[in-house]
Amino acid sequence: MWQQAINGVFLGAIYALFAVGYALVFGVLDILNLAHQAVFTLSAFVALAFVAEGNMPLAIALPVSLLAAGLIGIGLERVAFRPLRGRSDSNISGLISSLAAATILEAIALQIWGPDVQRFPQGTFPDKPLHVLGATVSALQLTIISVSVVLMAALTAVLRATRLGRQIRAVAESPRAARILGVDVDRVIAWSFFLSSALGGAAGVLFGVAFNSVSPDMGRSVELKGLAVIILGGMGSIAGAVIAGFALGLLEVLTVVQLGSSWRDAVSFGVLFLVLLVRPSGLLGKAAIREA
Amino acid sequence: MRLGRCSLRLAVVALPLALAACKGGGGAGDAVGASGAKGGSLKMGAALSMTGAAATYGQSQKNGLEAGTEEVNGANTLQGLKLELLVEDDATSKEQGINVFQRFINTDKVSVIIGPTLSTTATAADPLAQQAHVPVLAISNTSPTGITDIGEYIWRDSLTEAQVVPGAVKKAKAKIGFKTAAVLYGNDDVFTKAGYDVMKKALADETVSVVDTQTFAKPDRDFSAQLTAIKGKNPDILVVSALADNAAAIVAQARQLGYSGPILGGNGFNSPAFIKNAGPAAEGVLVGTSWNSASTAPANQRFKELMQKRGVNPDQFSAQAYSGVLIVAEAVRKAGFKTGRDEVKNGFAQVKDLDTPLGKFSFTPTRDAQHEPAVQQVKNGKFEIVQ
Repeated sequence: MWQQAINGVFLGAIYALFAVGYALVFGVLDILNLAHQAVFTLSAFVALAFVAEGNMPLAIALPVSLLAAGLIGIGLERVAFRPLRGRSDSNISGLISSLAAATILEAIALQIWGPDVQRFPQGTFPDKPLHVLGATVSALQLTIISVSVVLMAALTAVLRATRLGRQIRAVAESPRAARILGVDVDRVIAWSFFLSSALGGAAGVLFGVAFNSVSPDMGRSVELKGLAVIILGGMGSIAGAVIAGFALGLLEVLTVVQLGSSWRDAVSFGVLFLVLLVRPSGLLGKAAIREA
Repeated sequence: MRLGRCSLRLAVVALPLALAACKGGGGAGDAVGASGAKGGSLKMGAALSMTGAAATYGQSQKNGLEAGTEEVNGANTLQGLKLELLVEDDATSKEQGINVFQRFINTDKVSVIIGPTLSTTATAADPLAQQAHVPVLAISNTSPTGITDIGEYIWRDSLTEAQVVPGAVKKAKAKIGFKTAAVLYGNDDVFTKAGYDVMKKALADETVSVVDTQTFAKPDRDFSAQLTAIKGKNPDILVVSALADNAAAIVAQARQLGYSGPILGGNGFNSPAFIKNAGPAAEGVLVGTSWNSASTAPANQRFKELMQKRGVNPDQFSAQAYSGVLIVAEAVRKAGFKTGRDEVKNGFAQVKDLDTPLGKFSFTPTRDAQHEPAVQQVKNGKFEIVQ
């Protein structure tokens, strides 16, 4: 049981890290960035390229890929979202635009790396099993959980304690008011995308290393889960995304053990449905109130 | 009055068109082969998974088919008649498989279709060929049911799981001895599910009790939940029915989670890609195989030599593909060098004890393959036949 709990936390850590990026952009822009999963995928490929061809150790490839992912995020914002910002239907048009961007990015990955599942070369990560309280945890699992937690904590610190963080929260509250107060809204939005995509990219690299499998369609499986996580946690709530991410990971593992893996998605989305019936704003979401 | 003349004109124009269409649909090969003339070519359409979950097999198969075609044409086995190989990608998807079959049947007008790679695709696409009276030679479909029972135009040179797995289980039990087993299989694929049914029966026949059964789906990447549950039940052996990509991940994760017992795989494991992707975790894995790589038969030596020349590692899939071409050539020979679709189909029935890398090959009365299977084990990063 303890072992399964660790498996669940491990899976949940990746889901949470991925979903946090989603939540950040949604909180700031009220737009669902469906290209997030493409950044997830591309980032994993970039890390793979650095490790496999550039002979870079993973510890360096990870921050480099994060940087690359963040830059892709900025580019994404500039090309797919900014031109549509003034419009009245910017939520929907942004969504569709991001969908197009996702398709293009995925096709780029397909073109450069081909459709086969790629693997990290042997020895990228030392495969030592550790025994903790009767469960076999691999050093890899522990590292991934720690890295995810550290990154999420770092994001929270940025949002709480730095000037940029305050500005991001201000823009999330009301872009107009923030602009009036002298905040450079465009720059803040670009930064939000940078942070969001960097985290999504980190999730991609960790996912690729965790299951030693990188392919152009790897984002598809996480995309829906990420969506479920932020809906469950409350759209726009970072803390909600974290909690819901871990909860979903544990739920999935438990389902596989108790009911069988065919039930996994049914139960995950079934629970999501039930939570929405009982608490439509999600676990930590605030009910939408329009003030003035 | 005008109407009458119009419709007469239409009929005059339409009739020859209709006749031409009827003639054309009969199979272009007839034009050359009907008179038994030497020279000309026979088109073989190969529907292979070059992309998607089964891409590793497709690549091997393409190499085997090309080598076989070169060999037959080079040795002039068909006395002036040349084999022409067309390869199309079915993307490991039923829809694409159907498209490719339709193209082969109606546009390219091939005399025989080879493939498709997966049993799942075959169950969807083969019925089209059966209906159009185009013979299909499957070179890797190993699901015991749902393939050759589609109809008399569907043949295969790949032994089914039912023909290979029981022997593998028996041999493994004789060598290692085990009383309990856990089974992990993919429940969203015709082949892996069929493989599971055969494994279940084979284990029961050997009085091995199954302590746990877990499932997964092709797109899954994380098997830790299933493997942890299995490890907790302490089976003597883990039996897995999966395609190569999943197989490599399963074996790697099983070792990572600390399961150190023996692992027995189904036909999906029979690819060097499995060894490459699973890395050191693949050591010691047992697999039942259709291709005895250690066989000293001249056809096998020739096959290995040709693959070496291409710079490719021979494996079961390329062996079955290469043999498939030899079988088609033999069928055409037995049919008097005729290249029509029905002639090839009838020729298949006459193939007896043909020398192939798979051994002496014949078809069973139900159009399945018949030859001796073997068992192999991964030793030092290579498959080695277990004697």
